[in-house]
Amino acid sequence: MMMLFDVGLVVVLLGLAAWVVLARNAFAAVAAFIAYGLLLTLAWLQLHGIDIALTEAAIGGGLTGALLIGAVTRLGSAPPIAPATSMTLALAAVAAAATTAILAACVLALPDPAPTLAPLVADNIAATGVGNAITAVLLSFRSMDTLLEAIVLLFALAGAWSLGADSAWPGRPGFAQSAPPNGILAYLARILPPIGLVIGIYIFWTGADNPGGKFQGATILAAMWLLTMAAGLTDAPRVGSRWLRAALVAGPLGFIAAGVLGSVSAGAFLALPAGHAKPMILAIEIALMPTLTLILALLIPGPPQRVTS
Amino acid sequence: MTDALLYGLAACGLIGLGLYGLIANPAPLRKILAFNIMGGGVFLLAGAIARRGAGAGFGGDPVPQALLITGIVVAFSATALAVALVLRLNAVAGDTTLAEPPPANDD
Repeated sequence: MMMLFDVGLVVVLLGLAAWVVLARNAFAAVAAFIAYGLLLTLAWLQLHGIDIALTEAAIGGGLTGALLIGAVTRLGSAPPIAPATSMTLALAAVAAAATTAILAACVLALPDPAPTLAPLVADNIAATGVGNAITAVLLSFRSMDTLLEAIVLLFALAGAWSLGADSAWPGRPGFAQSAPPNGILAYLARILPPIGLVIGIYIFWTGADNPGGKFQGATILAAMWLLTMAAGLTDAPRVGSRWLRAALVAGPLGFIAAGVLGSVSAGAFLALPAGHAKPMILAIEIALMPTLTLILALLIPGPPQRVTS
Repeated sequence: MTDALLYGLAACGLIGLGLYGLIANPAPLRKILAFNIMGGGVFLLAGAIARRGAGAGFGGDPVPQALLITGIVVAFSATALAVALVLRLNAVAGDTTLAEPPPANDD
């Protein structure tokens, strides 16, 4: 019965992916992509990756979907594009079929029993003080990846900002929004943020021992902020603002400071001192949380567009 | 057939579909979409491999699973930067096609 569900899910996923690729209308392709992201969430649940499912739903489906809907709406007036030649299409089909065939052969040839680091994680998780193995990997065993990821996010935002026109610098990202003050958008933008704030912080906090964590929590907080921005209740901060820039670098700098502290107290960069691992992990997460919320939210409106509010 | 094998093979199909769209569709926004389909396939393949590594009380190997979270977040930031580039190209050139024979332009 469960296998039937899996097969159905896979068929729908492949169908949606084909729709995204082949649809004539760009808006239909984006709509199908959001559905694809949400169904991928179900696939993660089936593969026992609850933390990944939460991230996929929040970022892969939700935030990416919002970004792409905004883009496709603004590109709506773009002139139609000449279709690819039949030569290109044939080449694409051959390349795609060959890639799929080679990868499928690799999947069928995967070694049995599969190599795994799960026992190693199980043996060492107690030393970190956290109960969620994913959080232990992200902030202890492989914390260098998480540090670099935070820096990549910062670079992406710097890259997006650098695309603003000179006349709009150092203005506010995105276009000024206004919604009817008694409309449903303004209503939701007043009702939902307090609830979202509690849920976002809860998901962040519970991530130490249960599925959840700072990325998922920060995405929910970012979504709440974007909602109030879309309703015109708040405005995006000026990209030149000092508090904003300080908050953007605070997370990675705090993480690096914790890493340097580790090289002094525990003998290696990013090493956590024995017995104090949990407080250090919490300190890093609390330092990263506001930075992640700001970056994830501000990547949606993109470069500065206007000097006035 | 195990669930890991089923999703692993589906991931191969998703990667192929994404690659097809990446080459075949000249519109940059559609290329970004296709690249994300491909990315989803790569993540799903890694997730299926993580599932095969289940053991020690975990439903899947937690190390690749944690790296997948990192991957999804980085994919989002790259998509946001790509979208900003396309919108800027559209604002400056009033056009977003990459399929233009003369003059040769490789950006």
